[in-house]
Amino acid sequence: MAEIEVLHPGLYSSIQDLGRFNFRKFGVPLSGAMDSYSAKIANLILGNSIDKPVLEITQLGPKLKFLEASFISICGAQLSPKINDRVVLNNKLLQINKNDVLSFGKRNLGCRGYIGIEGGFISEKNMESYSWYRYITNFETLQKGMRLEYFSTKRQSFSINASAKIDSGYLEDLSIEVYEGPELNLLSLSQQKKILSMRFKVDNNNNRMAIQLQEPLVNSLKPIITGPVLPGTVQLTPSGKLIVLMRDCQTTGGYPRVLQLSEEGINTMAQKVIGDEVSFALIEIK
Amino acid sequence: MSHEYPQIKPMGDKAILIDFEPKINENLLEKLLNIKEFIENELVKEKVEIINTYCSLLIIYPNTIENLYNEVLTIKALISNPNIGKNISPNIFNIPVCYDEEFGLDLVHISKDKNLKISEIIEIHTIPIYTVYFIGFLPGFLYLGGLDKKLKISRKETPRLKVEKGAVGIGENQTGIYPKTSPGGWQIVGNSPLIFFDKNNEPPSVILPGDKVKFYSISKKEYLDISEEIKCGNFQLKSEKYHG
Repeated sequence: MAEIEVLHPGLYSSIQDLGRFNFRKFGVPLSGAMDSYSAKIANLILGNSIDKPVLEITQLGPKLKFLEASFISICGAQLSPKINDRVVLNNKLLQINKNDVLSFGKRNLGCRGYIGIEGGFISEKNMESYSWYRYITNFETLQKGMRLEYFSTKRQSFSINASAKIDSGYLEDLSIEVYEGPELNLLSLSQQKKILSMRFKVDNNNNRMAIQLQEPLVNSLKPIITGPVLPGTVQLTPSGKLIVLMRDCQTTGGYPRVLQLSEEGINTMAQKVIGDEVSFALIEIK
Repeated sequence: MSHEYPQIKPMGDKAILIDFEPKINENLLEKLLNIKEFIENELVKEKVEIINTYCSLLIIYPNTIENLYNEVLTIKALISNPNIGKNISPNIFNIPVCYDEEFGLDLVHISKDKNLKISEIIEIHTIPIYTVYFIGFLPGFLYLGGLDKKLKISRKETPRLKVEKGAVGIGENQTGIYPKTSPGGWQIVGNSPLIFFDKNNEPPSVILPGDKVKFYSISKKEYLDISEEIKCGNFQLKSEKYHG
């Protein structure tokens, strides 16, 4: 077993896989990579199964020292990664030598990046998932001085020079795919039109649980009897602001659920930072 | 808009929502839970996850549903099956709660607001048999229905940043227990020494939707004794089958 020394934890870094399925009936959030698409690509480049634990990093990446050789990949947000002093690219298989230091710089595009490692990170497994979440796991975020474990590689190189041709357009896509939410039809037609045509800015109130949008709407709806919610549920709050629930969201809620993001919509939303604009594009159910 | 219940519709591309009459009562809960169990047993093509709230079921799929329209039809056919039985057999749990002033942070406030003596609040809170409607908000947080109207009180205007593990609170017409130390806005009346959620247990919460809960008042000394017994693994939570 090999170790990574955390020289700097970054803004908000955590181990995530594809989530904790089947425990929501106990009030346990799904969790998992905010942008599941990028997390899957990070694993695919390494020949890992898509659900291996990856490190999710946010806007400001961490500084990590690898104490043994390995292979890694970096996907999702473009955060200017470097190995030692060498600039490296996203979506490529990257060779790590003993004592190499991975660091990040300026954020160029997107919000969340994913570091995959050959064989996946080794981390505590709770309720069938490796995803870190405050009330379930011992850690919520990476801390300075912490050690992250992984399998040291026996390979000299990969037989193919693996890389993935990724259209990074989704990182800056303004349009978020949505379906009708259960309470959309309680709004007047003009309100429905407004939600589906307006541009909204991402508020500073945004994290793994939810992303609030700035522009308030007129809201005359009463709260509903507490009902189920999911990652991607868009709630209309009493103040008229929209809240997009994300991967760590609660399982139930009492605000009207006006829209529901598609899986792709959630991944796109996960790449937005404060001030980014989004608009909702309705998908009709075939 | 159709008002025929249940209404079945997709909620995004990974879930199907079944809405029943917008009511909160035990009969509807029982019906919901029986249908939930039936679907869990019948829908075998993929392992789905089903959660219930007061008047809804949400069927969550592990992957995006390929044909939403067909899946809705499948669910419609399933829940109109006349063979949906009455298989739910609830347990009743007796839960010790210490209403000492050290734990009952909002007892004085409730006492003034409701013009009740603290001893009366404790009495009114320990008489009913509460129904567990669902678990939500936090891992293991039980939503309990059946609170006496005399104790109905609004949530705190500013939520506490830290509510202690085991805190028993009242929010509107519901009462509940905080399984973990967390932020929270309910009015706190006491604390239970029991552990309500343990990630290493299977299942992590012993008390489940449909079960019944009754509180009994314990002294500070009994609270400490039970805490000690739990630490040593000697405490047995008593439960029995509930027969209406």
